[in-house]
Amino acid sequence: MMGERVGIEVSQAIAEAAMLADVDVVAAYPITPQTHIVEHLAELVANGDLDAEYIPVESEHSAMSACLGASAAGARTFTATAGQGLELMHEVVYCVSAMRMPVVMAVANRALSSPLSVWGDQSDLMSVRDTGWIQIVAKNGQEALDNVLCGFAIGEDHRVLLPVMVHVDGFFLTHVIEPVIMPDREEVARFLPRYRHPLTLDPQAPVTMGAFAPPILYPEVKKAQDVHFRSIQPVILEYWARFGEAFGRGYSPVESYRTEGAATLLVTMGSFTETASAAVDRMREQGKEIGLVQLRLWRPFPFEELRQAVKGAEILVVVDRAISFGGPGGPMASEIRSALYGEDKRPRVIGFVAGLGGRDISVEGFETMVMRGLEVAERGSEEEYETYGVRE
Amino acid sequence: MKNEADITWKDVETGAIVTEPGNTAEYKTGDWRSMAPTYNFDRCIKCGVCQMFCPEGCIEQNEEGYFVANLYWCKGCGICARECPTGVITMVEESE
Repeated sequence: MMGERVGIEVSQAIAEAAMLADVDVVAAYPITPQTHIVEHLAELVANGDLDAEYIPVESEHSAMSACLGASAAGARTFTATAGQGLELMHEVVYCVSAMRMPVVMAVANRALSSPLSVWGDQSDLMSVRDTGWIQIVAKNGQEALDNVLCGFAIGEDHRVLLPVMVHVDGFFLTHVIEPVIMPDREEVARFLPRYRHPLTLDPQAPVTMGAFAPPILYPEVKKAQDVHFRSIQPVILEYWARFGEAFGRGYSPVESYRTEGAATLLVTMGSFTETASAAVDRMREQGKEIGLVQLRLWRPFPFEELRQAVKGAEILVVVDRAISFGGPGGPMASEIRSALYGEDKRPRVIGFVAGLGGRDISVEGFETMVMRGLEVAERGSEEEYETYGVRE
Repeated sequence: MKNEADITWKDVETGAIVTEPGNTAEYKTGDWRSMAPTYNFDRCIKCGVCQMFCPEGCIEQNEEGYFVANLYWCKGCGICARECPTGVITMVEESE
């Protein structure tokens, strides 16, 4: 048995994952629903369980700036935020990826103001999709914990050297006590050895980070960043496979659940996935051939894996937990349409936006969306997508 | 170091980190200038106040001990002319 099975709040499990990763620096500012993560980290440092520099900052902008500096000095660095906090640190989020600093950040997905909402949706996750961070979206506590560990392994690999966000839906995951297998320290140390950034701040070998680039240089720098970002997916897969060998739980960018023979597939990301899987079980019992596809890697987007996962399906019912005002539908649905556009035979994508601002979507809700999707596919609809469960 | 116009995207260092220290000196900020300092050294007492106030750090002391802006970097802000206690410096519009 690799590790011990424990009942633990997912936020605490994430903090303990950072402890197992033996991080050197934590700089974070508390914000609902992320608070329990940083609270527990502060506790672990104060009690001597984690030998790290804990920097209590005055804002998220400072938190990410401190993380950037710590990472630039070669420290293994962790932080966590949510919703408005992610928005406040937004400009520094771009700097960390462009400077290739392997910071790992847990994001407790939260709806964005206004109106003020502390509850969970994925609006914040979508607001940073173009920042050049690797974005992994966990469906449960185990995936969150494991991917904090994988996040460091992936990010610190010299072929990658990039920051990683591990997304957990606020409250739906962060405040839920789940059974998780807590790996032991020695196992983690073997999987995640100390790393050395090739270009740290060092008085013996001075460098300039985040320098100025006039128009004659900026496009070259951005193309280099983009080409590199598009090349890293094999390394992510390599570490997920290695994690699987070491701990018995491997991960993939796209996961299929009961998709065999299914003409209609639900597509979800994050905590929706477990509820949707219960809906698929019920519909399968009723003899309906419905399957489920979970998107786990949001950036870099796993185009090929997604195409493979939906091959042969006729209808995709894509359920987004975020909205793109005036855009072509939910962000996930529009990405999936783009991924399939070049295919000769492609499934129809029926988009739903559901569960904004922490509105709960039940098993019945997913069944209803599948039925409604089939209806729309048959009769057609003038809308690009539907907003599910809103009072008319 | 390569001329910046010859750097391709493949030449960009990890994170666009600059590994050659001090190369900001190569960056010509003089072409931002619309006004340039001119000097009447008859009034100069060689106090160096202009040099201390210059935000670009581009004022150098010449062999005769007078303080003169290096026009490769001088952005023409006029702070030196404003701060000179004896009125040595007059800002004039650049001809081109």
